[in-house]
Amino acid sequence: MQNINATFTIAFRDIAKLLRDRTRIMASFIFPIIFIGVLGTSLQQNLAEGLGYNFLVFVLTGVLGQTLFQSTSAGIISLVEDRQNDFAQEMFIAPISRYSILLGKILGETLVSLMQIIGIVAFGYIMGIPLDIFSLLRLIPFVFVVAFFGGAFGVFVMSNLSDQRAANQIFPFILFPQFFLAGVFNPIQQLPLPILIASRIAPMTYAVDLLRSVYYYGKPEYDKTVLFNPALNLSVVAGLGIIFLVVGTYIFVKNERNK
Amino acid sequence: MSANHVIEVQDLVKRYKGAEKNSVDGITFYVEEGSFFSLLGPNGAGKTTTISILTTLLSHTTGSVKIAGHNVESESSQVRQQIGVIFQNPSLDRNLTAEENIRFHANLYNLYPFMPTFSLMADSYKKKVSELASVVGLEKDMFKPVKDLSGGMKRKLEIIRSLMHQPRVLFLDEPTTGLDPVSRQNVWKYLKDIQQKGDITIFLTTHYLEEAESSDYICIIDEGTIVSRGTPAEIKQSLIQNYITINAADSKKLGAELQKSKLDFSGSGPFIVKLTKHSAQSVIQMIRTPLTTLDIHAPSLEDAYVEIITKNHAKH
Repeated sequence: MQNINATFTIAFRDIAKLLRDRTRIMASFIFPIIFIGVLGTSLQQNLAEGLGYNFLVFVLTGVLGQTLFQSTSAGIISLVEDRQNDFAQEMFIAPISRYSILLGKILGETLVSLMQIIGIVAFGYIMGIPLDIFSLLRLIPFVFVVAFFGGAFGVFVMSNLSDQRAANQIFPFILFPQFFLAGVFNPIQQLPLPILIASRIAPMTYAVDLLRSVYYYGKPEYDKTVLFNPALNLSVVAGLGIIFLVVGTYIFVKNERNK
Repeated sequence: MSANHVIEVQDLVKRYKGAEKNSVDGITFYVEEGSFFSLLGPNGAGKTTTISILTTLLSHTTGSVKIAGHNVESESSQVRQQIGVIFQNPSLDRNLTAEENIRFHANLYNLYPFMPTFSLMADSYKKKVSELASVVGLEKDMFKPVKDLSGGMKRKLEIIRSLMHQPRVLFLDEPTTGLDPVSRQNVWKYLKDIQQKGDITIFLTTHYLEEAESSDYICIIDEGTIVSRGTPAEIKQSLIQNYITINAADSKKLGAELQKSKLDFSGSGPFIVKLTKHSAQSVIQMIRTPLTTLDIHAPSLEDAYVEIITKNHAKH
């Protein structure tokens, strides 16, 4: 009971923090706006004819997956920084298990990323992107899965980072290439072999493709926009997510006190 | 656990991974329940390592540490329930209000069920918060973001927050670093009030030695070992030579008189007379030459500390 109470408290704190931090709210929309509004529209204007599908819908569904994955993983990584100043010290000294801290943090960051994607979808409608509302609604359960997957990935990366400096240097290096490897705004069905291998190793690929495969399921564009079927994507995301979470949490708890 | 030892540290050793020597090298000490204990030492002496082990944040290499009868390794959760910690760096969430910082603490310690707003919290919680706010004078600012509070206010808020779950030991790791003198005095006045009213044990590490003057017991740690221990008076007495400084218009006459009385002195005006065999009173009674200077040297804890650390470094 104590741990459940703590998990909710930690999750709620993340949301309360987001709602008070206007700069962070603005910043979290800037990337999607650049991707969809600038990159997406320019590619749509110049390349869309040969594609056979609406490129902006393709980019927006990709950005949804990328935002959920990135936002939760980055939120977890921030624990490295938090624990040296800030309220996180309080969490680590409280009589609660490390598992509830990580779980609360994943839950909180998941909710934070959900708020962000609501903004992105609204932005899509404002821009007049022809989004299918029923397909979007179908995404709801998978949105949680992808956010949780990002959180698990964050725990795994964090458990292997010793300090804030390492986190700041290494995390972008692990994250940014995945934008392109996962095909957030570039079709990746055909790639040169080395890139193809890297693309299929990148966890974000499955996060993005899971959402796209559910969104495009049963539509004529399905074959051109999706890599794997939803069941395969879901199995990879769930399987990898559990491995990341279990291994990451184990290493984190072990290293935490044992310096 | 012995009847009134709330902290028991036995042969504690900590060697960090890959380090060539022990950061804490076999220290043993006890802290009595309800007392005010200070751990002093220069930077890198092992203070923060020790406090991290005692507060369950770090594993030790060998030895045993018990807080309120619980082993810090195997019963860390029970230990955490019994302690409050004020960290060197502020541990408040700046974007949240003072009340939210307290509420989240109370939730983490399972004192009240979690509720997303103050108005939904239990009445007993609301009452407690208003009581605490009036104690530290935060009534008006309880619902303001913490970033708008002064440094001293923030420290006080952290202290009241750490007392919410009624810990038996309050650990303070250099609690007044970065505060202005007025805020520092204010925080200390409040801390002493708490200690005198309740049965709480205070475990302090500090650089400001005058803050440790009122401790019941002090351990001085250097290079991982305890180099001196005792009450502040004992530490001062055991190390510092008490002496008086005297001089006279006719310093030659005074010198001759000191020589004749076989007092242990140095200098040729002013003279330093060591108070090894005689008290200051009896030295003055022996002297007939009219004095122009009379200064009784009363050593501070800082003098003793500097002497201990300097001597210890000279040994190595």
